[in-house]
Amino acid sequence: MRYKKADNELLEADLTPMIDMTFQLIAFFMLIINFTEAEQDQRIQLPKSELARPPEQPFEVALTIQLMKDSKTDQELIIYGGEVMPLANLQRVLAREREYLTRTKRSPADATIIIRADGRAKTGVVQQIIETCQEVGFEQFALRAQQEEAG
Amino acid sequence: MKIRHRDSDSGKIQLEMTPMIDIVFQLLVFFIMTFKVVAVEGDFNIKMPRMSAGGAPSDQLIPPLRVRLTTPQDPNAPVCGIYFGQRQLASFEDLRNEVAATVGGGGPNADADEYEVELDCDFDLPYRFVIDAITAVSGYRDPSSGQIVPLVRKIKFAPPRQASGG
Repeated sequence: MRYKKADNELLEADLTPMIDMTFQLIAFFMLIINFTEAEQDQRIQLPKSELARPPEQPFEVALTIQLMKDSKTDQELIIYGGEVMPLANLQRVLAREREYLTRTKRSPADATIIIRADGRAKTGVVQQIIETCQEVGFEQFALRAQQEEAG
Repeated sequence: MKIRHRDSDSGKIQLEMTPMIDIVFQLLVFFIMTFKVVAVEGDFNIKMPRMSAGGAPSDQLIPPLRVRLTTPQDPNAPVCGIYFGQRQLASFEDLRNEVAATVGGGGPNADADEYEVELDCDFDLPYRFVIDAITAVSGYRDPSSGQIVPLVRKIKFAPPRQASGG
């Protein structure tokens, strides 16, 4: 029995559609990637609100204080700049921020404190955070909530 | 002088695609691994200088509408204790209706800046109820147009209460 010999020519797959798709995927991911993870800690379950809308224009100076509820110890902990700390340390950190603002010829009153607090956290602790900020000189606050679709 | 002619028929010039595809796939894998779906977040703005937090008189002509929120027995309860003035309300929907009736329905003639709401909360109250209350007093979505009708923009907290444990 005789077998046909295969041709010696190389078989070339057409890679163009695959590369096109891959570049489109890369472009998509590059556009939507979010590098502000430090300010959106995933351990925090934000309360939901249908009226919470993203700010129309970004805050001129914004400091984000996050309050998480530690499920193991049932205690509230502050997250500031990616660092977990007790409430007692917040004043020292905020005083440092005030010094920086003063050096850059701005006032703490111009800055907005964004509070990202867990929906299970105690309101009293949130109020303590606000009081601590007020003692340092901050007076504008933004209580952050997760946007809930209407209906 | 002899000029050497390149033999153009000997074969196609082929670009080496392998390194590019390698890098492209590495980039793709990096972006897929770091991709995280982040929910849209929004803010409720509160201006609270230190003086007004301590109960000092503000420039508000109309006294603030007091909303008292108490901790429910069951921490997973859908609603907490809500008092508007002296009256106890059953839901945040009722609170919205009461505030709308007080400030004039949030219609075109109502002045959302004229009124102020003071939230007086228990120390142990889960924070989600505060956001529910702020949502209720801030406005509502008109079911016919889908637009948000503002009610009260100025919101502040009463001085914090002591923790129940001490």
